[in-house]
Amino acid sequence: MSDDKLSQAERDEAASFAQRAEAGGVARPLSSGNAAPGPAQGEPPTLFDVQEMELNFGPQHPSTHGVLRIILKVDGEKILEAIPDVGFLHRGTEKLFETETYPMGIPHTDRMDYVAAATNNHAFCLTIEKLLDVEVPRRAQLIRVILDELQRLSSHLVWLGTSGIDLGAVTPFWYAFREREQILDFFEEYCGARLTLNCMRIGGLPFDLTAGWVERLMEFVDDLPARIDDYEQLLTDNRIWKKRTIGIGVLTAADCVEYGLTGPLIRASGIEWDLRRAQPYECYDELDFAVPTRQNGDTYDRYIVRVQEMRQSVRILRQCLDRLEPGDIRGKVPRVIKPPAEEIYASIESPKGELGFYCVSNGSNRPYRMHCRPPSFINLQALPKMAKGHLISDLVALIGTIDIVLGEVDR
Amino acid sequence: MAEEITPPAAAGAKEVAKPKLVATDGAGHPWVVSLAAGVPDAVLASKQFAGQLTVTVAREKIVEVARHLKSKEDFGYCVDVTAVDWKERAPRFDVVYHFYSFSKNDRIRVKCGAAEGEDVPSIALVYLAANWCERETFDMFGIRFSGHPDLRRILTWEGFHGHPLRKDFPLEGIDTGAAIYPEEWPEGGGPSATDPNRKVVS
Repeated sequence: MSDDKLSQAERDEAASFAQRAEAGGVARPLSSGNAAPGPAQGEPPTLFDVQEMELNFGPQHPSTHGVLRIILKVDGEKILEAIPDVGFLHRGTEKLFETETYPMGIPHTDRMDYVAAATNNHAFCLTIEKLLDVEVPRRAQLIRVILDELQRLSSHLVWLGTSGIDLGAVTPFWYAFREREQILDFFEEYCGARLTLNCMRIGGLPFDLTAGWVERLMEFVDDLPARIDDYEQLLTDNRIWKKRTIGIGVLTAADCVEYGLTGPLIRASGIEWDLRRAQPYECYDELDFAVPTRQNGDTYDRYIVRVQEMRQSVRILRQCLDRLEPGDIRGKVPRVIKPPAEEIYASIESPKGELGFYCVSNGSNRPYRMHCRPPSFINLQALPKMAKGHLISDLVALIGTIDIVLGEVDR
Repeated sequence: MAEEITPPAAAGAKEVAKPKLVATDGAGHPWVVSLAAGVPDAVLASKQFAGQLTVTVAREKIVEVARHLKSKEDFGYCVDVTAVDWKERAPRFDVVYHFYSFSKNDRIRVKCGAAEGEDVPSIALVYLAANWCERETFDMFGIRFSGHPDLRRILTWEGFHGHPLRKDFPLEGIDTGAAIYPEEWPEGGGPSATDPNRKVVS
């Protein structure tokens, strides 16, 4: 675009964006990077001159939680700029949705956020149910909420374990994965799979609960608060953990809204916003739970918020298990699903944030367009801003605190 | 698959049929009225379906529309930007924006049409959240966003030919490695495309 075609308003806007980008560390192409104030030509560099270096972080680095590549511009250990490079795990899921019937899309959603498959299934089914205007029976709603909350617990446990190990706290990992194994056992007993669950259907559920599942889950849920105390005992007042997390990657509430961040990130910055409370789906409106928030918006607060959320999940699980009554598990859904030729957006609160699906139907038995609004992808956008000025070792803490799953980022 | 979606055996036919969801005109909606007043000639059509408002606006006005929604109507959070390819239709693409307002606790969907080769003004200057979403839309559909600060491919790699989510892009992919490994990746398609037993999905 040539300059003479720009109006004054556009020029002002570009200038203001450049300022904001400068302040906010928005990723820019390397070629247009501003030159660092290096030594004058001809003179040998001294120890205290800015010596900018480019460093590749990932995609095979174990702490990137998958195949995330970050191009770092560093001066010594200080990060001047971090540019995430994603797409290594792109499998064209949205294209696959278009070629298969609506029910056949559910297993593909398992492979997006593969540590929280149940919530993905749920968001996908909810979208099509909204389009078809199908009511889900009460028992199915309760079991869906139970599966969701178990999945939230398991996802947060994976996050707790791995982000702890990234910062050198190895012990919580073993405790967290011990409980996660038990949750996966519950999933396995319910639907036969441990990770790629495929555990929901349009209009309800594929299976009813097996005998004794509820009682065993109740026992496990009664045990959980003491175990969450164990994790907290290891980390919450741990001096090293606090030194590594307090004040790292601070995001203000305004930043969170501007970058479209959702989930624990926005709640740790003081905005009490949870889709389970703001726009309740299934039977969340009749359940009693709190939305934990913190004010500082740093890595430590995000840790506290997630641990508190696990406690709330335990509360929700207890209430749902108490309310379970025999009944139908599948609503009235036509044998061949052909929704009206309309468009719809529906979203749920996944462990990572707002997970939404936008579906465009043309009246046939396949979606014309199915788009996923992945929380990890949008949340990762804030990484350049969070990382700027921190040390390389803090970047590891920041990747952990955003809680990304690359399967969902790349789809 | 047929077994999974069997309707319940109960005689549901006797129940009173629920009124079917129908799309209604959204012209009287307060946000549409406000948008029409705030940005003249922007609103082309509006529709309500299942409690969701969709407003179709003129492509040139999208930045003003976004700015109006953000400042006047308090839609502070850009949820998502994506596109739909209507291969046969003119204009070919719909660029779809979702905005959310914390104070209203509601969403609005804004659409604008874009023909092949037409630029859509970028709203990444208004909402930072739209930055990567527009890059993804560019990558997947080949819609260019003019004024975007950093419009590069994001999910595929630089140098990739084609835009995968276009309806005319083959599902089996294209032969991106043909020039490098001619034995394994013959001209005209990768291994899955040249497999005689492959399942053809339109």
